[in-house]
Amino acid sequence: MPKMVVEARIVRNTEIGVNVKELVLYAPEIAAQAVPGQFLHVRVADSYYPLLRRPLSISSADRIAGTVSTIYRVVGQGTACLAALSSKDSVDCMGPLGNGFVIHGQRPLLVGGGMGLAPLLFLAGALCPRPTEILMGGRTKEEMFWADMFHNKCDAIHITTDDGTLGSCGVTLDLLPEVLKSGAFDVIYTCGPRIMMEGVAKVAKTYNIPCQVSLEEYMACGIGGCLSCTCAGQDGLRKKVCTDGPVFWAQEVMS
Amino acid sequence: MSIGDSDMLGVTIAGIKMKTPVMTASGTFGFGLEYKDFVNLNKIGAVVVKGTTLLPRSGNQGRRIAETPAGMLNSIGLENPGVDEFLSTILPRLKDYDVPVIVNISGNTVEEYGELAARLNVADVAGVELNISCPNVKEGGIAFGTNCNSASAVVKQVKSNTDLPVIVKLSPNVTDIVAMAQSVEDAGADAISLINTLLGMSIDIYKWRPVLGNVVGGLSGPAVKPIAVRMVWQVARAVKVPVIGMGGIVTAEDAIEFMLAGASAVAVGTANFINPCAAHSVADGMKDYIKQRGLSHVNELIGKVNL
Repeated sequence: MPKMVVEARIVRNTEIGVNVKELVLYAPEIAAQAVPGQFLHVRVADSYYPLLRRPLSISSADRIAGTVSTIYRVVGQGTACLAALSSKDSVDCMGPLGNGFVIHGQRPLLVGGGMGLAPLLFLAGALCPRPTEILMGGRTKEEMFWADMFHNKCDAIHITTDDGTLGSCGVTLDLLPEVLKSGAFDVIYTCGPRIMMEGVAKVAKTYNIPCQVSLEEYMACGIGGCLSCTCAGQDGLRKKVCTDGPVFWAQEVMS
Repeated sequence: MSIGDSDMLGVTIAGIKMKTPVMTASGTFGFGLEYKDFVNLNKIGAVVVKGTTLLPRSGNQGRRIAETPAGMLNSIGLENPGVDEFLSTILPRLKDYDVPVIVNISGNTVEEYGELAARLNVADVAGVELNISCPNVKEGGIAFGTNCNSASAVVKQVKSNTDLPVIVKLSPNVTDIVAMAQSVEDAGADAISLINTLLGMSIDIYKWRPVLGNVVGGLSGPAVKPIAVRMVWQVARAVKVPVIGMGGIVTAEDAIEFMLAGASAVAVGTANFINPCAAHSVADGMKDYIKQRGLSHVNELIGKVNL
């Protein structure tokens, strides 16, 4: 599948949560090919500091409008540069990079934490019309603006917050067994903190449900050249998160 | 690139014929194939592949890169599939391209360098580059590159095991770069490339921990360029063999600076991570510069800095 480097015009770059923004780019070549789980590799500034591109999960693609979107939290210098851009600007963008989720089964459960919910949003749309449920977690109610975004894409939304201000008090892993018992899920897709995904993969294994994980790593090139992002595969070989992933079957990269 | 470009940019370094003087630096361009969707490999001067060792290596644990002002630290730790995999799987795929392939090699002992050179002494390899300057592995690598005698021993061993041109990549982490260059030249190096990365460190002030899993790593990118230009200048005037200059080259202007300092060719490194076509744009810009200055060939720049 051809990958490309394009100068993408910013359609909008708007705040959707506290310190969280959605960036919509006009990039018809990328939008035409993007599948859920793939990412964009964006030059956030034409500068030497920040120097490197930033990998950003694709949260939606609109082939008709020719747009791709990403949702990011402003955490450091790179995302601060990105946050300062407006619809007058454009960015140098590579994509769509990496391998997406494998659409599998008929009763999917999505499990996402924090910004890991961004690629799951794209996936939830692609899973239609399968009856899809999502279990999502965050620190507090203010972080759970995601629920509205998944509202018309999922049949049921299960929420946990660390402080109990919305949904169940606790983390997604606490609620996962209960959710699994409530439905006959035949596949789990998860994206979020590594520790959460490892826990989800473990539970999935216990319930004998196939599970796909979307990994996140620091990366430079994004196309398999620098080996910054590799992780240990269960087959004893190294896996490149950028080009072998970022989506893997859990058993490929987790014990 | 249009017809006639090689008349202006074509160079021969240690017997390796290149269409442009712009190579890709080892470790920044994979094995070349990773970049094939983004860049015409046939238009690159030479592809220097990822550091290759006798046995496969899984590299360092933990976080491997950190961005720093105008640069980055890396501590990949020579992850590579090993020379056998390179020869059986990767090299045959590189044959589809009309570009010289130079294999960067790294050993734990003098004998290992010799063994690697012998295995790689095959028709489809254009040359070997000795990595005696990797800052990221405990044994080998930089240990050979910071001592004149051991550097010399490695070069002699490799020379006696191969018919291919031998390029020696020097570490900047030395007190006297000229002494190192002269040692490897005396030992039979056909060309010298420099600089490898500078040993650096970055600390997370909120966690009070090193950013890199390996604690220290190699600094590359625009931040190191003035050091690299200085070292190329010092080395080029002290040796007769050609010098390949690298360290922070992003633009044609950067490359031209290296040529004026005395480099006969250059390599683009970290810039490949930002712009997969960096080697092309540098070469194109050099051609424009040559035309604008009324010159006929890139060779006319070599060492022309006026003191």
